[in-house]
Amino acid sequence: MEGTLRLRALSLRIHRRLRLFLRDPANVLGLVIVVLAVTTAIAAPLLAPHDPTDVSLQDRLLPPGRDFPLGTDHLGRDELSRLLYGARTTLRTAGVVLAVVFAIAFMVGTLSGYYGGWLDTLLMGLVDLLLAFPGLILAVAIAGTLGPSLMNVMIAMAAVWWAGYARLVRGMVLAIRNREFVEAARAIGASDGRIMVSHIWRNILGPVVVLATLDMGWIILGISGLNFLGLGAQPPTPEWGAMLNDGRPFLQTEPQMMLYPGAAIFLVVLGFNLLGDGLRDLLDPTTYPR
Amino acid sequence: MRAYVARRLLILPALLFGISIISFALLNFAPGDPAEIILRRQNPEEPPLPEAVRALRQQLGLDAPLPLRYGRWLFDVLKGDLGESYRSGTPIMSELVKRFPATMMLATAALALSVVVSIPLGIIAALWRGSLLDSLSRLLALLGAAVPSYVLALLLMLFVAVKLNWLPAIGYGSPKNLILPAIALAAGSSAQVMRLTRASMLEVLQQDYMRTARSKGLNERTVIMVHGLKNGLLPVVTMLGINLGHLLGGTVIVETIFGWPGVGRYAVESILQRDYPVVQGFVLYMAFIFLLANLAVDFAYRWLDPRLHFGRQPA
Repeated sequence: MEGTLRLRALSLRIHRRLRLFLRDPANVLGLVIVVLAVTTAIAAPLLAPHDPTDVSLQDRLLPPGRDFPLGTDHLGRDELSRLLYGARTTLRTAGVVLAVVFAIAFMVGTLSGYYGGWLDTLLMGLVDLLLAFPGLILAVAIAGTLGPSLMNVMIAMAAVWWAGYARLVRGMVLAIRNREFVEAARAIGASDGRIMVSHIWRNILGPVVVLATLDMGWIILGISGLNFLGLGAQPPTPEWGAMLNDGRPFLQTEPQMMLYPGAAIFLVVLGFNLLGDGLRDLLDPTTYPR
Repeated sequence: MRAYVARRLLILPALLFGISIISFALLNFAPGDPAEIILRRQNPEEPPLPEAVRALRQQLGLDAPLPLRYGRWLFDVLKGDLGESYRSGTPIMSELVKRFPATMMLATAALALSVVVSIPLGIIAALWRGSLLDSLSRLLALLGAAVPSYVLALLLMLFVAVKLNWLPAIGYGSPKNLILPAIALAAGSSAQVMRLTRASMLEVLQQDYMRTARSKGLNERTVIMVHGLKNGLLPVVTMLGINLGHLLGGTVIVETIFGWPGVGRYAVESILQRDYPVVQGFVLYMAFIFLLANLAVDFAYRWLDPRLHFGRQPA
């Protein structure tokens, strides 16, 4: 009885928060953009009218028309199909980077914060070291040294990006390591591993996920930046940053080749930023009521 | 304060050591045998003879064990020798030093631009919270944070330089050349600085000492200017240090687009040509600059915020 009551109170609270979240048009816009982008990425093969890698030189640089809704690029490939598939490449790459960053950051941050001592000194020393580099420069250097490929862009981004999160996770672990419920779990004989996973992680997952959404925009900007420099996706893979680079020589005559992928990156980053902002407010009670 | 400075300076060698290890590792992970690459460049016609490769390896000291190679490399670096470019054979250090002023000029201009534009806007947005200006500045910050520097750079090039012919699209030397690259570079960090300034000012405006200042009869102008700004801008100082890293990183892309003769473009060209020693030297050089800049910002912050002068005189 008491349990159901508490559950109802909780769901009421969530409802109230959600209503406030949806009341801000900026949040809704962010949500819509992100959902649209993810849907596009998943359904690209169904939506795209052409094969994005289909080269047809007699159709090069066509204006928008019946066959090619957004025209064609310098190799006669359908721009719309390349943009749709590009969403797939970009979001998948960013998703993988984020997942790897999370995995490393949670491991390192939890071990560091939970055990402390020399392990903490060592791991945080490494984090400080990585943060001592200007991020994009190190990423460019790693991706460039490993050789141009989408895989190496992911490695470079993850190698640079995990450090900040690890520091964050460590701080959160430190804050709750000595709380009563952790103490209680230890008293009933729970192992360190169990305490870390089911008591500590469960409590810090939410805030970190929100920050990750907020950072997704930065990650996408970083990835497409590396791709723009020619360090990532190799032809004919459709990727927004690489498409922008393809469009550079045609800046004056065919500006749309640069405008389409540019607008796509801009919109998706905007969407994630708006959604992230909204989620942060949702989880942070001090920002309500506005 | 003095103890803090001493501690920071003591960590410095450890950080520099770590940075050197990462930079050294970078070149070691690079594909290909340096001796073979150098020989191939000297004579692109035919593949180098195995004996010649072996001889050059020995001459370059590449057959020595890893720690010894690191030691030798570090010794050279401490003397200011970052090795030679595979491509041109020129000393990398002198190439970097020659190009750095252009990069520094661009980054400084962008930083100045972002300070001049975003801090006043952030303050106004906080003071007139909820006004049209506040919403407008939020919109501007959102746009600035979401537009990639290279898209903005290309847009500026297309519209301001090519279509309107107001400013030169590429080139270096006159202040006119500096404007477009600086805007493209500054947009992202300006958005952040603006939002942070606003948030920080909003927090300061609610503090007790603001009410105290008002209640002792100071006029609103003094309250805001003296008590508000002085405290509200402290976090912004730290932010500017972090931003310098973003800006230095951003120069890599912006310089490439605008043909700006700085270290960033040099690095990208070298990467695309697989000139790995240059990439290594570039990373080391930039990390060093970034470290010094952050140290300076950190000390400035401590100096600006009297609450952090602990240890100087017991209260």
